[in-house]
Amino acid sequence: MSAASESVRPEPSAEERFEYVLRLADTSLVAGQRLAELLGHGPTLEEDLALGNMSLDLIGQARLLLALAGRIEGHGRDEDALAFLRDAPDFRNVALAEQPNGDFGETLVRQCLLDAWQLESYECLTGSSDRELADIAHKAVKECRYHWRFSSGWLARLGDGTEESHARVSAALESLWRFTDELLTPDALDARMAVCGIGPAPALIRERWETRMAAALAQAKLERPAHQHYPWHGKRGVHTEHLGHLLAEMQFVPRAYPGATW
Amino acid sequence: MNEDWVLYEVFIRSRSGLEHKHVGSLHAADARMAIEHARDTYTRRQEGVSIWVVRSSDIVASDPAEAEELFEPARDKVYRHPTFYAIPEDVKNI
Repeated sequence: MSAASESVRPEPSAEERFEYVLRLADTSLVAGQRLAELLGHGPTLEEDLALGNMSLDLIGQARLLLALAGRIEGHGRDEDALAFLRDAPDFRNVALAEQPNGDFGETLVRQCLLDAWQLESYECLTGSSDRELADIAHKAVKECRYHWRFSSGWLARLGDGTEESHARVSAALESLWRFTDELLTPDALDARMAVCGIGPAPALIRERWETRMAAALAQAKLERPAHQHYPWHGKRGVHTEHLGHLLAEMQFVPRAYPGATW
Repeated sequence: MNEDWVLYEVFIRSRSGLEHKHVGSLHAADARMAIEHARDTYTRRQEGVSIWVVRSSDIVASDPAEAEELFEPARDKVYRHPTFYAIPEDVKNI
């Protein structure tokens, strides 16, 4: 092999690109749906609006990404077909995103862990060699910056708040921490996309996420839980039992009334 | 609503160069949350490029009971309005 051909970056297959974009798309979609479940149930009117705004940001990201995934796949599936007509094993979101809302502290801890990951991921993806993905990342990163600002602010308020609020977010952190391993541990596809210049270097996301989270936890006077091995693989379609219930609610109308519009 | 959450007044500047205008009020636990709530409540439809919040309790207001002594004396002084001057035709934007 000549030196010239060695310097050419490898190109991922359409299947690999499709899978990779679905991971981002489904994570935003499922997280957006979780927050949408809280509409009308927020602890105050203002928080209700805030959660709804973030839900819409996430669903907006999902629409762009699912449309891109559909174009990559080239089988005529649009964003709606991908969102509403796939079953749980076909979803590629990280399992953290599908965890139930629980109390407000649990919702916030889940969002905080996820927001930090999405923020670091999209920041890196703005430099992706995939132009369409980079463009979506440019839009998403601004939204994620606000999401992080919101959730890390609440983490500090609750963690450094009353005895009860501290106990509740500590418990939420302890129970959700096991899902962070999936965010930070790259698999073969993550590594492949990094080599292709499309995704970030795998070690980079872990390093930046850990730094960001350590500062937020310190400010919130919360202990970083011990590392827990992650037995689920949402990125490969192996989900917790919660995803099926979420999808049943999200997908009911388009499945019961195919092609319905309003 | 928790009693620790106090009332803030919200002022939004709709475009660069314009002044901040009072748009409403909201409850928040601290100043940072008040800015975030204002953003989420009052700028969802691109209403603003800048937000001010101020604790409602920090606003010093005139007493409605004193309205007569404060505002009535201005009533018969129409000469304070610049309506008695002839404006040259070349002058725009007055």
